Amino acid sequence: MNALTELLFSPFVEFAFMRKALAGSVSVAFAAGPLGVFLILRRISLMGDAMAHAILPGVAVGFLVAGLSLWVMALGGVITGLLVAFLAGLVSRFTPLREDASFAAFHLVSLGLGVLLVSLRGSNMDLIHVLFGSVLGLDDAALLLVTATATVTLLSLALIFRALVAECLDPGFLRAEQGSGSLSYLVFLFLLVLTLVAGFQVLGTLMVVGIMMLPAAAARFWVRSVGQQMVFAGLSGALASYAGLLVSFYANVPASAAIILSAGLFYFLSLGLGPQGGLLQVVRQARARRAHMAAIPD
Amino acid sequence: MTDSAIELDQVSLGWRDRIAVRDVTGVFRRGSLTALVGPNGAGKSTLIKGIMGQLSPVRGTIRFAHDIVNQIACLPQVGELDKTFPVTVYDLVALGAWRRTGWWRRFGRSEHARVQHALETVGLADFGRRIIGTLSGGQLQRALFARLMMHDAQVLILDEPFAAVDRDTTDDLMRLLQQWHSEGRTVVAVLHDLDLVREQFPQAVLLGGQVVAWGDTATVLTSENLHLARHLCAGDYL
Repeated sequence: MNALTELLFSPFVEFAFMRKALAGSVSVAFAAGPLGVFLILRRISLMGDAMAHAILPGVAVGFLVAGLSLWVMALGGVITGLLVAFLAGLVSRFTPLREDASFAAFHLVSLGLGVLLVSLRGSNMDLIHVLFGSVLGLDDAALLLVTATATVTLLSLALIFRALVAECLDPGFLRAEQGSGSLSYLVFLFLLVLTLVAGFQVLGTLMVVGIMMLPAAAARFWVRSVGQQMVFAGLSGALASYAGLLVSFYANVPASAAIILSAGLFYFLSLGLGPQGGLLQVVRQARARRAHMAAIPD
Repeated sequence: MTDSAIELDQVSLGWRDRIAVRDVTGVFRRGSLTALVGPNGAGKSTLIKGIMGQLSPVRGTIRFAHDIVNQIACLPQVGELDKTFPVTVYDLVALGAWRRTGWWRRFGRSEHARVQHALETVGLADFGRRIIGTLSGGQLQRALFARLMMHDAQVLILDEPFAAVDRDTTDDLMRLLQQWHSEGRTVVAVLHDLDLVREQFPQAVLLGGQVVAWGDTATVLTSENLHLARHLCAGDYL
């Protein structure tokens, strides 16, 4: 028993960088999971991806201007993230291109631009840092940014929750009731950009989407209502972060990859075993139906 | 004037060069129960959008009795409701309290009682905790009626409330319309079932791109008028 507790907790007791990594990745998971639930329910899962890439050029410009300065890079990311959300919204409103397709176009361009900009001045190491994060190298400033962002995101989400659910459930109803619709959705997009910018410090722009979408996708196999799914996604994402850090510590593998793979493993488990439409349940129900039909005489 | 809830004066509605319904003049009286009928393309839904303020008249004016302006609730024909969104029937119905609760105000005991009462009235008393995706079409329509009840509005406008709904549900919901009528509320409903209109609605408006007839149902739904409306729309279905 003692050996087990030692195995599970000693890395975090012994090493400050592991404690910081845990605090940072758990904060990101708590904020990202609930946002991911809404992305999935609105069928705009790809938007998370697109936004994550969209912040890259801004981060890169920040990097060019001020080097590895946390705040300048974050500010740049927020600016380009919002800009791309705005432009993609415009394109889908005024042209026949659907929102997801116009996001896809913008995020591919952003990714190319971002990688180019980073490599203009930085080394490959810097590029790797931006793309895959540096969860094991979080300093106090980065940790502050990440936890503050998560706090703001969760509080804001609580404030707009009722309007956001109403907006997603029945946009026409809300328009008829209050004359205008999508303010809550705009706030939501802003929180999305904010969380992705904070998350890229920890997991990198490529991986941060994983901690957003995988726990959210898993949640729908366990609980039904949107509120339950948000709580579940946050908690399971935090658990995956913890498990991933442990694996990374003992197996000596990259931490962000281990965290995303833990979340992925949990997703596949949910897909199979989840009581709300998981594969095992579907098979069992089909068998019960067949048995029921067979029991009815012709 | 005090007798009228909604007055339309030479109202034309449509989109840019395509006018869907022109020169509508008439009065929905306070406490009246009116059926809005007409062939496909007669402009029924357009007229409703105009009354609800979702479409500004190209010409003419729509006037509301001053105590009624914020007292209008509508059940649209094809809502934008996402039936797969995981909320409970209770939450869907509770949304009807939006004008009282808004983004942040507390959803108190009196609102809770209203939801319970609305659910009981539409025959969904035991369905509150169900997720809306598990409801049948008729049950969902009942839930939307319950949501409409939550408005507690003086004017209720329904666009084809009984389309794609089974007979029992139609009967139950029709009884609810009659109850609102007896409570003195003004009810306007777009309908296709002319027998139902003759049976249940004292007033009717027949549209065919314009008003063909407006008044007591018996004088409105004559075969000449219906023929004229069909002719005006060049439609072949009523």
